Amino acid sequence: MTTLSGAFFGVIHRDLCIAMRHRGDLLNPLFFFLIVVTLVPLGISPEPARLAAMAPGMIWISALLATLLALDNLFQADFADGSLAHLVLSPQPLWLLVLAKIIAHWLVTGLPVVLFSPLLGLMLSLPDAGFLPLILGLTLGTAVFSLLGAVGAALTVALHKGSVLLSLLVMPLYVPVLIFGTSAVQRAVDGMSYGGVMAMLAAATAFTLLIAPFAAAGALKVGING
Amino acid sequence: MWQWFHKLGSPRWFYHISGKFLPWLALVSVVLIVTGVVWGLAFAPQDARQGNSFRIIYIHVPASFLALAGYYVMAAAGAVGMIWKMKLADMVMVAAAPLGAALTFIALFTGAVWGKPTWGTYWIWDARITSMLVLLFLYIGIIALSRSFSTRETSARACAILALVGTVNIPIIYKSVDWWYTLHQPATIKMTGAPSMHPDMFKPLLVMILGFYCFYALVLLLNTRTEILLRESRTTWVKELAEPK
Amino acid sequence: MSSQPLLEFKALTFERDDWPLFSDLSGAIKAGEILQITGPNGCGKTTLLHILATIQPINVGTLRWQGSDISQCRQQYLASMAFIGHKPGLKLSLTPRENLQWLSKLQPLNRCTSAEALVRIGLAGFEDVPCYTLSAGQLRRAALAVLCMTQARLWLLDEPLTALDVQGIADLESLLLAHVEQGGAVALSSHQALTNPAVRTLALDAVAEAQF
Repeated sequence: MTTLSGAFFGVIHRDLCIAMRHRGDLLNPLFFFLIVVTLVPLGISPEPARLAAMAPGMIWISALLATLLALDNLFQADFADGSLAHLVLSPQPLWLLVLAKIIAHWLVTGLPVVLFSPLLGLMLSLPDAGFLPLILGLTLGTAVFSLLGAVGAALTVALHKGSVLLSLLVMPLYVPVLIFGTSAVQRAVDGMSYGGVMAMLAAATAFTLLIAPFAAAGALKVGING
Repeated sequence: MWQWFHKLGSPRWFYHISGKFLPWLALVSVVLIVTGVVWGLAFAPQDARQGNSFRIIYIHVPASFLALAGYYVMAAAGAVGMIWKMKLADMVMVAAAPLGAALTFIALFTGAVWGKPTWGTYWIWDARITSMLVLLFLYIGIIALSRSFSTRETSARACAILALVGTVNIPIIYKSVDWWYTLHQPATIKMTGAPSMHPDMFKPLLVMILGFYCFYALVLLLNTRTEILLRESRTTWVKELAEPK
Repeated sequence: MSSQPLLEFKALTFERDDWPLFSDLSGAIKAGEILQITGPNGCGKTTLLHILATIQPINVGTLRWQGSDISQCRQQYLASMAFIGHKPGLKLSLTPRENLQWLSKLQPLNRCTSAEALVRIGLAGFEDVPCYTLSAGQLRRAALAVLCMTQARLWLLDEPLTALDVQGIADLESLLLAHVEQGGAVALSSHQALTNPAVRTLALDAVAEAQF
């Protein structure tokens, strides 16, 4: 008997199994994250004061780029081997299956980024006050990046060089999240309260969580036909 | 009422009807724009602070309005095409995308031209310019997506989805960029003096805005007619049109 | 057996890159029959199957399942239909058993256990090796194992004979015949004609018109 929860957890379990068997791929976004942050002092300046001024933005931008890099894996592998058709043709609601895929994807790409962000804060001389809003904000922000990115990934799943187009499509949508996320860290560093900004970010996450699975499911039904 | 709506969906009917009032629309837009340009460039009084360089707003402001309005036209057409499966609406959406992108570029370019004599720099990351730039990326995304699919219907649906997602996001993006800018700049710099404009400067601006709206409608109709001809190129009525008389 | 067709399509038209693939195509699939769609490469066999499986939305034409328009009964249709596409639809890093376990979460696959299905399809001994180690023919068999387990009444198969050896083709034919004898229906596309006289053929020309 197939049930909603069976399908939901079944998809998450499947995607996590596959990710575990390709452990090398897990590290790619993480290394990208590290490399970009390492390039900052090399390309700009190693002075702690200047680094601290740029730290919130640089860490957030690197997290955004790392998520973009990993978005290809969301649907393209399934499209390439034909299992996307099984997902789309399942009697279970597609938005639920898409949400399961996004969650599995976030666990494998967004969560490591969040866990590594304090290390990067250290490397960029982020003041102590900024660490908590950085971790909180990135947790919410990477979730939104994955959710919104899923819509773009679904639209471009069958296209050649879809990944380049994908970055162009989702970048404008990421702008508000980037602004709120970096502002929260900056306000904390400047000694101001950041609760309001964090609430905005949480609201954006909740809103996207509600809308994105349906939008991505609709987009997938369109995009699978290339 | 539904019959008229259905008739509206026929590309051939639309082509013939639009052909009839196209010349009038062209006349009205040309008259309005020429009036507005001459009035604004030659006859409107000089600005106290900016001198003559403010006159670029007669192009910049209407272009910005239409760049944003054009996005909503495109998204609305996409929604109609997706919900009612109307081919004509899809064609309007495809026609509106490059038009809107061009207007956004004009707005950015004229803004840069305005910026140099007025504030000493071609580019500044203020709320409006940054939002315009993001709007340009949204447009380019839609244009790129529309050319990537092999079937027209799939392409139209994909662009409609993207346009709708963008529509929901535009106010959010604008508000967040606006707020971001006020964080980093004291609010003393005013980018346009539109609310406190002298009526003599404002009237030609109104004429230009109206003229630009008419011009937008004109070019949108022309683009849509071209799109109709392209897509229906294998039907008899188009073949008859193309035959030399 | 009722004479009302299970699946009926009327006046289907499809264009790709502004070139018509097929136009005004009509037909029906009745319970107890195998419909074979033939035609040269590029004539639209896969597209037709995608349309029948509702992967590709219909732009012109209608599709009816047991008399009702597909848009009214899509959930019911999806539960009664099994589609196996040109690509195997299996995750290569998982084993055949794991693949079937995952697929059974998406659609009801409980006519037999995955172990029995894999034996019946000829993959005994290969249940627990990763799919990337299987040959093309074995991969195709693993993909077809779903058919042993599914409750679906209508099977839509795109080029199921690809990569199968002579034994594999015979096994598949007997599987299909057993299914239609119990009241199911099959539509499949292939280059090779099935030899069984019970098979009806729908030929798609390279030039956008169907003879039926």
